[in-house]
Amino acid sequence: MQIGRVIGTVVSTQKHRKFEGAKLLLVQPLNLDGTPRGTALLAIDGVGAGVRERVLIVLEGRAAGESLGKKAAPVDAAIVGIVDRVDLD
Amino acid sequence: MQLARVIGDVVATRKDENLVGIKLLVVQPLTPERKDVGRPFVAVDAVGAGVGEEVFFVRGKEASFPFYPVEPPVDAAIVGIVDHWDTET
Repeated sequence: MQIGRVIGTVVSTQKHRKFEGAKLLLVQPLNLDGTPRGTALLAIDGVGAGVRERVLIVLEGRAAGESLGKKAAPVDAAIVGIVDRVDLD
Repeated sequence: MQLARVIGDVVATRKDENLVGIKLLVVQPLTPERKDVGRPFVAVDAVGAGVGEEVFFVRGKEASFPFYPVEPPVDAAIVGIVDHWDTET
């Protein structure tokens, strides 16, 4: 899993039926120091995250699909937690 | 999932039998600022997308899920057409 920041929302009317009812958010993956890493991606929101929040994202299809509660959903990323804080030694 | 723009299509007459009837499109991944990022590649279409549209795609094994129970040999699928997205940074 990785840490990212929610930077936006996505609206799509014409989409695969397994996405019906799902909230799609734009998430910018972060390094542990909080700097952006790579390109922003789309993730299913399974926890009620909002823009600007720091979140825990799972980047694997099976786990992401489970957060949507549907089998064989064509998703590869999901928000599975909202990060309160990260402590590093 | 990631944002992309459909920039072309691919016609292949001779192909894996599980790809018959599936539309092949060339997509250019985009940043949330609509800048090209990375190299274009070929994705299958699961939602009726066309050239010029902004879409989101899924990578990996999950790309074959829209065609279940057929399992076409694909690693990227367009699973939504984006109406709009909004970012706050």
